[in-house]
Amino acid sequence: MNKIDNNSINYNKVFKIVSENSESSLKKGEIISILFAGVGGQGIILGSAVLARAAINAGYDVKVSEVHGMSQRGGSVEGSVRFGKKVFSPTIDKADFIVALEKLEGLRYINQLEKCGFILINSYEIYPSSVSSKDVQYPVDIESRIKEITGNSLFINAVEIAKGFNQIKVSNIVMLGAFSNLLPFEDENWMDAIKESVPGKAIDLNIKAFLAGKNIIK
Amino acid sequence: MGINEKIKLLTGNEAIARGAYEAGVKFASAYPGTPSTEILENIAKYRDIYCQWSVNEKVAMEAGSGASMAGARTLVAMKHVGLNVAADPFMTLAYTGVGAGLVIVSADDPHMHSSQNEQDNRFYAKFAKVPMLEPTDSQEALDLVKAAFNISEDFDTPVLLRTTTRISHSRSIVKIGQKTELPVKKYVKDSRKYVMIPSHARIRHQAMMERWEKLKEYCEDPGYYDIYIPPKSSKSFSAAGIGIITSGISYQYAREIFDGLPILKLKMTNPLPENTIREFARNKKLILVIEELDPFLEEQIKLILPGTAVAGKEYFPEYGELSLAHMKKVHSALFGIDFFAGQDEGNISLNSSSFTKTVSVAGISRKENAALENLKQLSIKKLSTDLPPRPPVLCAGCSHRSVFYILKKLKVAVMGDIGCYTLAVLPPLNYIDSTLCMGAGLGQALGMEKADPGLKNKVVSVIGDSTFFHSGITPLIDNVYNNALGLIIILDNGTTAMTGHQVNPGVGKTLMGDDAVQIKPEAIAKAAGIKHIRVVDPYNLKKLEKILREELARNELSLVVCRRVCALLQKKSDAETPTIDPLVCRQCGVCMKFGCPAIELRDGSYVINSSNCTNCEVCIDVCKHKAINAVKR
Ligand code: SF4
Ligand code: SF4
Repeated sequence: MNKIDNNSINYNKVFKIVSENSESSLKKGEIISILFAGVGGQGIILGSAVLARAAINAGYDVKVSEVHGMSQRGGSVEGSVRFGKKVFSPTIDKADFIVALEKLEGLRYINQLEKCGFILINSYEIYPSSVSSKDVQYPVDIESRIKEITGNSLFINAVEIAKGFNQIKVSNIVMLGAFSNLLPFEDENWMDAIKESVPGKAIDLNIKAFLAGKNIIK
Repeated sequence: MGINEKIKLLTGNEAIARGAYEAGVKFASAYPGTPSTEILENIAKYRDIYCQWSVNEKVAMEAGSGASMAGARTLVAMKHVGLNVAADPFMTLAYTGVGAGLVIVSADDPHMHSSQNEQDNRFYAKFAKVPMLEPTDSQEALDLVKAAFNISEDFDTPVLLRTTTRISHSRSIVKIGQKTELPVKKYVKDSRKYVMIPSHARIRHQAMMERWEKLKEYCEDPGYYDIYIPPKSSKSFSAAGIGIITSGISYQYAREIFDGLPILKLKMTNPLPENTIREFARNKKLILVIEELDPFLEEQIKLILPGTAVAGKEYFPEYGELSLAHMKKVHSALFGIDFFAGQDEGNISLNSSSFTKTVSVAGISRKENAALENLKQLSIKKLSTDLPPRPPVLCAGCSHRSVFYILKKLKVAVMGDIGCYTLAVLPPLNYIDSTLCMGAGLGQALGMEKADPGLKNKVVSVIGDSTFFHSGITPLIDNVYNNALGLIIILDNGTTAMTGHQVNPGVGKTLMGDDAVQIKPEAIAKAAGIKHIRVVDPYNLKKLEKILREELARNELSLVVCRRVCALLQKKSDAETPTIDPLVCRQCGVCMKFGCPAIELRDGSYVINSSNCTNCEVCIDVCKHKAINAVKR
């Protein structure tokens, strides 16, 4: 994938280029790897399940790696989705995309980003237990650090958007909606994926959250 | 719906459950444990399978063996360390054999994502001479469960299906099939088969040896291995004369990176198909064995191929998980193809093993490119390291926190156990002295007190409710019997929280949702003869401290049940979130040391994050300056 000049911040254009790049690497038989990073309990498992269904619906082979158990108790967690013509390993080495549900976790996992990969970050802060004295601070300059590392980044206030639906829980789906702009899937692939992954009564809310994320840049 | 109804995206555990259903399983039992838990949770969705949480893995295995004797196909699931608990029935089941098919799933946890050790349970199969199957993805998990039942019945043996975390908790595409309708077998009385007195057991051991010989032939069946031959393209390194033998998740890593080499993937790893391995190794200069943890395959393959160079653990660690990154490093070391320009290559040691002489190491390194890339990586490292770590923590409002907070204040040694509360060993509480295995704390406290009477009144044991039923009852009785004088604390949060809130005998519900007798730990303690038993709500910090002090001072064995349901299962109370009054607060930081994640240090002041706080109000009593206030309504 090519490097994107982000200074113009024409994200519509950025999204289009990235999505086209993804499409052409998929055509070459390459595997696209997505890393989800966040804090245990933020809904990484559901987010990755919806993405994986969408990829199946778009006709690809998919593997997902999930984390259960101890780190789910508010620890730093990651999950991965890989898709392409044929996928072997469920876990990734370098990520073409990182979807970070929390700012600090975005920075923590960024060294796994492929050279020309793209990172989306929920600009939401959850203070870890280690920030408990004046010696350990929650870094104030996460945005500028990430921008220094890569121009291929976009911060999204997904929690604010989710609050609009009275459900901060769906911020994972808002993020996924925004991320959908970077992948060459059809809208119906996503809609079906949501219907297949969430319980019946939550479908509407999740579709709304997804679209709100998708339309974040218009 | 967007996709074919028969195509599903399943985790390995879900696929095992599906496989059990399709194989006509009628009975399933387990004790929850990461990464195996979801197998039974998913079996419970098939209404025509009877399934249960047993109090521990040993009972699960024993119940399973009874069901198999009675003629039902049976699946028993557990995490790797669970098989230690169930090892006693397991080892002898290998002698008795089965009635209807009996499959035991062992889900191992390399890298210890959620475990106390990373033992390699493949040795259990070899130890017990029980056939073992290892899937490489969810489809194979489903298929191999079905195959395992056939093997079990054809050879009259339990079968071990071994997964690891990355198989159990990875999703991949699965084509589901039909359920096999099986005629119900009848129980056949056969004391020479099932009653293992020495004279019978000697006969059964002979039967087992005969079965083993037959299995050694049977495992050569092409259904139990796959051979990948790389296409004759320029990427192929087959000319190098290297072949790979692997199994389980390691296959996926190997197949992705070493796609230029022939790969023998073993689905049955006990016994090993010696002829197939010999045939595969013919004309090859080196066999590279790729496996996680111990050199289980490697050591056996070395015996099977005396004249061939066999390597494995020179390249891959005997601990933790393998990964694509590992494969790339080894690939690069072998072929000099730079997979990872700029990353440090330090860990690969092309040490002087015999085989480096037979393989030419090209060593084409793109040094300049790498140097630039190194610089870039260094700056990324600088910007993205030294971040505040985020270890797992007890939830906001978790009732375990108060107990450890008080124990710390009382300066006692805490013989702990396994559950969410084990997290109390991490900062800021840092207050557990020992966590060995489930049920160990009660026995350890007893041993300490007997070894050093000076420790009396200075040691307590702490165990959860589910853990108490799992293996706390026998050491409790041992404490009573041996006149221990200590204090046993039961943290009863009404669930098996760490593994995802499963019911247990203290809850009054079964896995299938039926009502059950609700068993109270204090009733068991009373029946065992403990005279001093108290029950306290750990949200009441003052009362908790008073009771713990009193019982600790007592010169007789006592038991305190700290009862409050897990915060994740409680509805947030509609009281308002307490606040920290900045005018009263003296910045002493004591509330931070309590360790509730809802209390945060933001911009130099202590605040309570209302979106995280459960309004339990325990922290109010933690602050000596009375800066934390309940909001009056
Ligand atoms: S899940 Fe329940 S028991 Fe476990 S840490 Fe959270 S509140 Fe405590
Ligand atoms: S009331 Fe205090 S201890 Fe309880 S959850 Fe809120 S901040 Fe934590």
